[in-house]
Amino acid sequence: MGKRYETVIGLEVHVELATKTKIFCGCPAAFGGAPNTHVCPVCTGMPGTLPVLNKKVLEYAVAVGLAANCKISEYCKFDRKNYFYPDNPQNYQISQLYLPICTDGGVEIETEAGKKTVGIHEIHMEEDAGKLIHDEWEDCSLVDYNRSGVPLLEIVSRPDMRNAEEVIAYLEKLRMMIQYLGASDCKLQEGSMRADVNLSVREEGAEKYGTRTEMKNLNSFRAIRRAIEGERERQMELLEAGGRVIQETRRWDDNKGESYAMRSKEDAKDYRYFPDPDLPPIVIDKAWLEEMKKAQPEFRPEKIKRYQKEYDIPDYDIEIITASKRMADIFEETVERCGQPKKVSNWLMVETLRLLKENGMEPEDIRFSPENLAKLIKMTDAKEINSSVAKEVFEAMFDRNADPEKYVEEQGLKTVNDESALREAVEKVIAGNPKSVEDYRNGKEKAIGFLVGQTMKEMKGKADPGEVNKLLREWLQEMKE
Amino acid sequence: MELLEWTALELSAKIKTGEIKARDAVLAALERIEAGEGIYHCYITVDAEGALRRAEEVQRRMDGGELSGPLSGVPVAVKDNICTEGLLTTCASKMLGNFVPAYSAEAVRRLEEAGAVILGKTNMDEFAMGSTTETSAYGETRNPWDIGRVPGGSSGGSAAAVAAEECFLALGSDTGGSIRQPAAFCGVVGIKPTYGTVSRYGLVAYGSSLDQIGPIGRNVSDCAAMLEVITSYDKKDSTSINREDTDFTAALTDDVEGMRIGLPKDYMGDGLDREVREAVLEAANVLAGRGALVEEFDLGLAEYAIPAYYTIASAEASSNLERFDGVKYGYRAAEYEGLHSMYKRSRSEGFGPEVKRRIMLGSFVLSSGYYDAYYLKALKVKALIKKAFDEAFAKYDLILGPAAPTTAPVLGESLADPLQMYLGDIYTVSANLAGLPGISIPCGKNSEGLPIGLQMMGDCFQEKKMIRAAYAYEKARGTFGRPTLASGTDGAGRGVCAEGEGGKKSGKTI
Amino acid sequence: MENRINDEMIEHIGILAKLELSAKEREQAKEDMGKMLGYIDKMEELDTSGIEPLSHAFGIRNVFREDEEANGNMREDVLKNAPEEKDGMFLVPRTFEG
Ligand SMILES: [Mg+2]
Ligand SMILES: [Zn+2]
Repeated sequence: MGKRYETVIGLEVHVELATKTKIFCGCPAAFGGAPNTHVCPVCTGMPGTLPVLNKKVLEYAVAVGLAANCKISEYCKFDRKNYFYPDNPQNYQISQLYLPICTDGGVEIETEAGKKTVGIHEIHMEEDAGKLIHDEWEDCSLVDYNRSGVPLLEIVSRPDMRNAEEVIAYLEKLRMMIQYLGASDCKLQEGSMRADVNLSVREEGAEKYGTRTEMKNLNSFRAIRRAIEGERERQMELLEAGGRVIQETRRWDDNKGESYAMRSKEDAKDYRYFPDPDLPPIVIDKAWLEEMKKAQPEFRPEKIKRYQKEYDIPDYDIEIITASKRMADIFEETVERCGQPKKVSNWLMVETLRLLKENGMEPEDIRFSPENLAKLIKMTDAKEINSSVAKEVFEAMFDRNADPEKYVEEQGLKTVNDESALREAVEKVIAGNPKSVEDYRNGKEKAIGFLVGQTMKEMKGKADPGEVNKLLREWLQEMKE
Repeated sequence: MELLEWTALELSAKIKTGEIKARDAVLAALERIEAGEGIYHCYITVDAEGALRRAEEVQRRMDGGELSGPLSGVPVAVKDNICTEGLLTTCASKMLGNFVPAYSAEAVRRLEEAGAVILGKTNMDEFAMGSTTETSAYGETRNPWDIGRVPGGSSGGSAAAVAAEECFLALGSDTGGSIRQPAAFCGVVGIKPTYGTVSRYGLVAYGSSLDQIGPIGRNVSDCAAMLEVITSYDKKDSTSINREDTDFTAALTDDVEGMRIGLPKDYMGDGLDREVREAVLEAANVLAGRGALVEEFDLGLAEYAIPAYYTIASAEASSNLERFDGVKYGYRAAEYEGLHSMYKRSRSEGFGPEVKRRIMLGSFVLSSGYYDAYYLKALKVKALIKKAFDEAFAKYDLILGPAAPTTAPVLGESLADPLQMYLGDIYTVSANLAGLPGISIPCGKNSEGLPIGLQMMGDCFQEKKMIRAAYAYEKARGTFGRPTLASGTDGAGRGVCAEGEGGKKSGKTI
Repeated sequence: MENRINDEMIEHIGILAKLELSAKEREQAKEDMGKMLGYIDKMEELDTSGIEPLSHAFGIRNVFREDEEANGNMREDVLKNAPEEKDGMFLVPRTFEG
């Protein structure tokens, strides 16, 4: 290829909000449920029914807008976007076009190439659509409206990104910010965070943007990266061959690794937006906005600073723990219950991260409670269990938030503090391992480790290794004398 | 006097004293329906069984002292675009020929709570689009004053049912005059309340920013009582208003002394039938004679109201009616190839010509490239009209005028020229655009004996002033009289009960 | 003004509004819409510069509900009017091409 091209990327990110109920009716917004069990006349578009806005949706929208440095509109409205498709029971989506709730913001991202700001054109509130299930057998489709009316925020960036690294950094940034706000769990795989990629290419140095395409159906970072590369190649090849890019929506097929155009004669792309007469406008006055500003949580940079001041733990730990709001919350709540930030941090940094990795889980999926972690730490401190037992207990906590006290009780894992039982075991081990005893006496320090291990085995693991070590040394010393 | 000639308030008073039973009132109404429906066709569905069951229940609760409101035991009718749980709700369309809602409109719920007994669902223009009740998919309704004429519309079935004594009171809906104009044509009283006064929940939307449910009755008192019952602040309707001062029956006082009444010159000029004009001026004189200060004034913008109205109503309708697609309820075409063909066939076969006309117009005025020129422009005209009314109400307590330019037209005449039919709404649509309350009361008959309707409009939330003046006028006017009611069939072979597709459900609870 | 309603536009509106018109209906629609728009064009006479479009007749604003669950499982109610149903879902013609 002769010319050098620059890729220009803008993103439309849809985030499903973590409200209890849907945006315009009192149905549960929770994921799952048998088909059409989270529905009512409103979210199935029955005649005569009317929408009423869930206040929490507005509050989350403002919170995300503030976090993304947006201007919060004093006056905003809902509009109807009209198009026929069976996943949308009214055949219009209630969204915001003319006066969205947040405009003109931006977030800072960092890639290997350095820091830059990605502008946010607007953030608006809208409703999600139902789910279509294709029935190959009967050659028809089936509609489940459980997701119909689940609240969404659509975050529209400016075309400020130039490559997949920046796109992913931007998505990671949004995700962390929104998770910190508790506004969404932002899981790409489950669809609670979805990104549509608008991409165009232009000759390097050109002032005008090229014609862009929009790609949908990207449900992992990997798919996003591959789709960007693929579409960039496709457009460049088109231009090189003297063709031109058509503005269109394309669907990414991650299995085939290619995109295809979603075109239909019946798809006129004329949405006839107009203000929804069923929903009065929203006016956010200064006082209310101030209140919402005050309710904003502490974001990561402030959290890092505070941790550095408050807790005596390494910067590296702070970096990892604050990378997830869930992790940071567990850390703080556990420390509040049992003190000992260093020990709490260790549990998170070592065992927790290991198990998350082994299970392919995200910190957001952690099941154990701060109460139980605090209990576990207190039990080890009190030498009620030894450290290897503690690890076993922790695995049970990680797996199913088992109560450590109950678990130790049920499994009979409590450390035996019975001096005579321990003495008996030590005696037995010394008698049974003359070679090791001999080695130790000859100055081989290492031999003591073997003897401790054997004694622990004899005690079925329920002894305090430190105690065993001390006793063995005393015993061997006595024997020497 | 015969039971069916009593007003709703008289009837409930007699049920309360035990003079008659709620069941007797229902039986009398059903008998009248049986006799009159073959001619008038006011109803799409008559729920005789349900009504009798309800009457017994209401009677028990009245006897037990649980129910004592002014509508207790009163048989009422409900326009068929207002949802009734378990009872067919067709909007007079083939599209909803089999639709049985699982919920009731808030207004219906309140009526039932107050002890009213629902007799059935009344005929109307399909999806409330029309001014004659001739666009119904289930056959037209006849005007009880002259069965060769239309009852008006779109709430023609409700107005005719009241006039034909096939119920005591009825619910209608008014988007551009659909309560006031048929009330005028049928010689009864109809009120369109201030926008937001009666919940729209369960009213199948036509023009959402204009639609209001309201009462149609024999006189002002009955309507005031019904309005008081159905008024509510409903959290299910975001445009519902939390109003104080909704004890409308308290305004039934015969006193217009010092009331300032404006008579817009714009409403009294070209296009107004001479006899209607004279009757309205005479009514104005009557009010002046009772101490009101009546004067003519220039309201302005009257000629822009209909263009703005049809733009906005059609636009909203085109979107509101998108949900009728053959997927979740209602009509689905028998044959189609693929999804979009299913949509197109179902909608083309399910909707009648007038509905299609408005959907197409509405889709056009919202479409890319035309939105600003039509829809946005109409919203600006609406703002100007609202301003003109604000200025008028700074000077006047009420605005007086005709409810319609003519008396009831002959059947078939209006549909021949839709644009001409739209022009008939000239005096009523402004109240919907500006959200104002309006009332229509009979103010005389023309030389052919057809009723003429007087319209009064109040400022927003000023129903009480309007009701007070209407009541005073009604007292001064004296008894209006009733049409001579016929029985049997219309000779066109129609049976005693309506036999439209929806009509087949007559007499059954679904 | 009336010529904006040509065959192409009627075709476009048919797609937007999901209506299928016979040749006769198309001609009628062209005529009706042309007439109606010719009449609606009267609005152009009015100077509306500087006027805010009024979508809600009066200043209702900030109407919300609290984020509280209000209904249980209503599947039966919602499906009972469905023209076609399968496995608790609404059955529609295949929605994807291919
Ligand atoms: Mg969107
Ligand atoms: Zn719902």
